[in-house]
Amino acid sequence: MRRSRYTTHRIMNNLFVYCEIEDGVIADVSLELLTKGRSLANQLHCKLEALVIGHRLDGVAAQVFPYGVDTLYLVDDARLYPYTSQPHAAVLINLFKEQKPQVCLMGATSIGRDLGPRVSSALHSGLTADCTALEIGTFEDKKENKTYENLLYQIRPAFGGNIVATIVNPECRPQMATVREGVMKKEIVDAAHKGEIVRLDVKKYVSDTDFVVSVIDRQMEKSKINIKSSPIIVAGGYGVGSKENFKLLFDLAETIGAQVGASRAAVDAGFTEHERQIGQTGVTVHPKLYIACGISGQIQHIAGMQDSSIIISVNSDPNAPINTIADYVITGTVEEVLPKMIKYYKKNSK
Amino acid sequence: MSLKIVVLAKQVPDTRNVGKDAMKADGTVNRAALPAIFNPEDLNALEQALQLKEKYPGTTVKLLTMGPPRAADIIREGLFRGADGGYLLTDRAFAGADTLATSYALACAVRKIGDFDLVIGGRQAIDGDTAQVGPQVAEKLGIPQITYAEEIISAERGKVVVKRRLERGVETVEAPYPAVITVNGSADECRPRNARATQKYKYAKTPSERQADNTSYYATLCEERPYLNLTEWGVADVDADLSQVGLAGSPTKVKQIENVVFQAKESKTLTASDTDIEELIKELIVNHTIG
Repeated sequence: MRRSRYTTHRIMNNLFVYCEIEDGVIADVSLELLTKGRSLANQLHCKLEALVIGHRLDGVAAQVFPYGVDTLYLVDDARLYPYTSQPHAAVLINLFKEQKPQVCLMGATSIGRDLGPRVSSALHSGLTADCTALEIGTFEDKKENKTYENLLYQIRPAFGGNIVATIVNPECRPQMATVREGVMKKEIVDAAHKGEIVRLDVKKYVSDTDFVVSVIDRQMEKSKINIKSSPIIVAGGYGVGSKENFKLLFDLAETIGAQVGASRAAVDAGFTEHERQIGQTGVTVHPKLYIACGISGQIQHIAGMQDSSIIISVNSDPNAPINTIADYVITGTVEEVLPKMIKYYKKNSK
Repeated sequence: MSLKIVVLAKQVPDTRNVGKDAMKADGTVNRAALPAIFNPEDLNALEQALQLKEKYPGTTVKLLTMGPPRAADIIREGLFRGADGGYLLTDRAFAGADTLATSYALACAVRKIGDFDLVIGGRQAIDGDTAQVGPQVAEKLGIPQITYAEEIISAERGKVVVKRRLERGVETVEAPYPAVITVNGSADECRPRNARATQKYKYAKTPSERQADNTSYYATLCEERPYLNLTEWGVADVDADLSQVGLAGSPTKVKQIENVVFQAKESKTLTASDTDIEELIKELIVNHTIG
């Protein structure tokens, strides 16, 4: 690794990624953001800095450095795990006052969406939730007749997904954004890369009065459903009709080696679990095959699956909006089509 | 032991079931085609407040909403369902606010209300889906925040116990109040309107609405029944700093808005016949998409 003699904190205005940790493991969404952060930092000619707050953080460095992290800040204290809002916010607020980063990224998770707004409010910096793309570019403020270079374009769907807005924070720093899991791709830059580790003294950043909320009970489930990385997804919408019919999707998925996803309408109707929701307010997926069953194709849903390589739409309505982006449109009901797919797969696969 | 609760509520365009007429030909949003509704998760929040009111007699529930004059509908809807009063924060200077400027204005209004134990709002509004206003209001008031609440279990002797619904599990936390709580859509649904309350508050109006109906009959009615007078506040009433509200107080700027157009593909249309489906499955196996 090329190491400058000045690995101090004199170079500021860097790009920070707040990394989430559960049971010693850095969350996928954080690794995805490190990957994105690395490429943005290269464009901005600044450092990529990772911040991990929790307890027993010894295994963290090995997990994040392969993603090209220049500096890893660790804040280790028994009271910092599990996450509570104010102590974690205090670290970010005080560290950012010192370091003045230009960008801060975090996952659009239960944690990031709790932490981000509190930090942005304290620093009076702009925050954009649930970005689907992040780019670097120029912004001309015509009213003020001012041009800003190298701003972070925070691109997100708005208004129920009907429009896509590009948001910028011209004056305030850091420019903050949250991104959902699965939107960015994680990619190791160099498995052997090692950056600098800076251990921060918790007492300098967090005061005892920040520890006001106590977690009495906590039951986390290991995420058993991983639709994000499945190469084939069978997804159902409101048109599937019932929880019973949804079993057909599981049958097909099991037969062809797929995971089952769902639209928001199907989740809201109680056909299946929330963790399977695909779309703007769920997971974003890019499988090689996406079989949409009884999904009409609300824009919010399409936003989360349009990059699938092949899309098959099974719908009794030949004019369902999703059909316009499908490669194959099968006009028929789930009850009639899915059993046939299972039957002919079994017959033809060797 | 009774509580003083402020419920944050927003009037939003119903973006959930957007029809084809929601977008105009020029790519702008056709607001007229979208009905204005009570933000769904704010109704979950109101329900939590009303449950606390039942549990702790003497508790008062007041709504606080920011929006155009017609957002007074939200306060009336809350009154019909069991709230005790409300405040409409309305001023042209609030227009164009991002979440930070919105939180600042709301925090000013909560301070103006003064005496409160809990501020409860929905997790997020369906027109923005940001979930930022609750935590930002908490930070501005310098009090704890509890997000993703599914059930407010108790609020006694200065401590509130809340069950939170997170992405991968549930958590129960205890926090001192005053505090801000944001409620998840998975919490209990809001009760319907109460017939008696609906009768009682049918003519509840803000000062600007009263001006539009200044018949002497109505004026007398309001004098006799002070609860029909809804509070309406502008920037000056809540001692807000003009540079921190509305567009001027918003660090985020919209650079560009694009209408979403999905690239239509050339699709093959098949029937549900055995032949069509077998052909498709064979094709997918041959090109190694499946199997």
